[in-house]
Amino acid sequence: MPPVVVFVPLDAAARSVGADEVASALVHEAAVRGREIRLVRNGSRGMFWLEPLVEVTTPEGRVAYGPVDAAGVGELLDAGMLDGAPNRLWLGKTEEISHLRRQTRFTFARVGVNDPLSVADYEATGGLAGLRRALEMSPEQIVAEVTASGLRGRGGAGFPTGIKWQTVLDTPSDLKFIACNADEGDSGTFADRMLMEGDPFLLVEGMVVAGLAVGAAEGYIYVRSEYPDAITTMASAIDIAYLNGWLGPSVLGSGRAFELYLRVGAGAYICGEETAMLESLEGRRGMIRAKPPLPAIAGLFAKPTVVNNVLSIATVPPILARGAESFRGLGLGRSRGTQVFQLAGNVKHGGIFEVAFGLTLGELVEEIGGGTASGRPVRAVQVGGPLGAYLPVSRLDLPMDYESFAAVGAMIGHGGIVVFDDTVDMSLQARFAMEFCAEESCGKCTPCRLGAVRGVEVIDRIIAGVEREANLELLEDLCETMVDASLCAMGGLTPSPVRSALEHFPEDFNRAKAAPL
Amino acid sequence: MPILHEVQDVFGYIDPSAVDVLAEALNLSRADVYGVVTFYKDFRFEAPGRSVIQVCRGEACQSMGAEQLARHACERLGVDFGGTTPDGAVTLEQVFCLGNCALSPAVMVDGRLKGRVDAACFDQLVARASDEVA
Repeated sequence: MPPVVVFVPLDAAARSVGADEVASALVHEAAVRGREIRLVRNGSRGMFWLEPLVEVTTPEGRVAYGPVDAAGVGELLDAGMLDGAPNRLWLGKTEEISHLRRQTRFTFARVGVNDPLSVADYEATGGLAGLRRALEMSPEQIVAEVTASGLRGRGGAGFPTGIKWQTVLDTPSDLKFIACNADEGDSGTFADRMLMEGDPFLLVEGMVVAGLAVGAAEGYIYVRSEYPDAITTMASAIDIAYLNGWLGPSVLGSGRAFELYLRVGAGAYICGEETAMLESLEGRRGMIRAKPPLPAIAGLFAKPTVVNNVLSIATVPPILARGAESFRGLGLGRSRGTQVFQLAGNVKHGGIFEVAFGLTLGELVEEIGGGTASGRPVRAVQVGGPLGAYLPVSRLDLPMDYESFAAVGAMIGHGGIVVFDDTVDMSLQARFAMEFCAEESCGKCTPCRLGAVRGVEVIDRIIAGVEREANLELLEDLCETMVDASLCAMGGLTPSPVRSALEHFPEDFNRAKAAPL
Repeated sequence: MPILHEVQDVFGYIDPSAVDVLAEALNLSRADVYGVVTFYKDFRFEAPGRSVIQVCRGEACQSMGAEQLARHACERLGVDFGGTTPDGAVTLEQVFCLGNCALSPAVMVDGRLKGRVDAACFDQLVARASDEVA
């Protein structure tokens, strides 16, 4: 009998709840029972409430079990898990799990399916098709295809990727760079991490395609140091890509060169801002730069540079492989294609949900996410990271697309959605937004550097009931100054969670009795 | 920065005397190198405890009680964030987001991520970290 192929994720989140222990228990318990298994450490399927999720290959397809506990592995094996038999953790065939069936996995097609570092798996599942097609196209044709797909930057700003690439392509220079922003610092986001751990070759392929498109022969991936697993996997993937000739002086024997380097951040949230990241890549303090000039014209080492998020770059190879229309045909209004939503915080079914734009926020939180993990009512939802607005339950009918969110002063950002139940005190969340900004500001702009510190103090006075009216006015003034007079999104958007908390949850700021001075 | 990472990986911290050496080798001023070391939270001039425990205080973790966990961590270890226990066993740090937001609250112990950490689980992690290095 050939060994049974068993999948246990190597994803950092899966490991954080015991995937390694489950993997070793499987190897041990199978050996004790004289069953031969071949253990594959895959990426995560993104259903974190089911992690560690174990999949067993059967003649009918992969069958899933979860959440598996290392101590229960022996019992599961006795109950016929290696033959796909039903038991209390049996989830049926993986591909038929409704949470997965409802998704449109475009960028995340391979994450959780393959052994992330297997070249054979990658090519067998359509890997390199985008790159091979790009090698037959002119730079103008590649850029035109990306523009036609309607792909917009996945880092948060939603700028059309094709237009950015066109600018770099049109800027004459002997040297150009591709800089991939993998400094995923927003709370509530983990899609970049999962992609780098679950399908790192896709990012490598996307980087090469970007290089071919704009005439750059050198690329950097800037990963945050908080992601040690992603760093290890990405570094191995780059080594393997060099060995296989996907990178180096002649990409796939085409005679065209592309060198790719991995750089690791050092614990600075602001380095997720594109110009601060470029400074950091150049070896300096991560202080933001004034724009213009745009990085597309004068970026890394003052050369034209494509700066894109991990998911933007990773979405390009499948667009080229399957054609722009395959992506453009999905979505709503001017938000085309799919978005990798991340359900996080106090949510029952947390994880990744890749789907076309246009679903409502409520469908994501209540239906897909299953409401809160605590079982209490949802009170607030923060979309788009620490700089995104807090939305009340009455706004759950918002469709998930860039324009609908912008219309109410919120943003989709990176697609991270953090859910809070009714025990949350929104005045403390507003205070935290300022505290976070004070902690992470690069210090270049006064409104952000000092304003955030003053913001914490003013909110403290409001909470304590000291001269509430005057301090509310002061806070609004301060927010306005930060929005108008900060160079980057850190200072410019910190007021967004503060103001939205005040607007939608004023009662939380009004708890203290007016205190005597 | 790759050089600073390597220095810290090897020695556990960046000795102030290394700043002079690096400045000389890279043809930079000492202020430039010092500025970079002090800008980034990862780099430290002093040796940390034998174990480094990072508690996430991002919004997603807050929604699942990270602030209570953070207070518990400080009380349990008797140090503030950034502090090291007197016996040199554990350095406690705060961090904003470890990318484990669907399994909050998250804690990282010497680069190993842990999810759904409550006070009891935290105490276990501390006990294990202290044992391992003792």
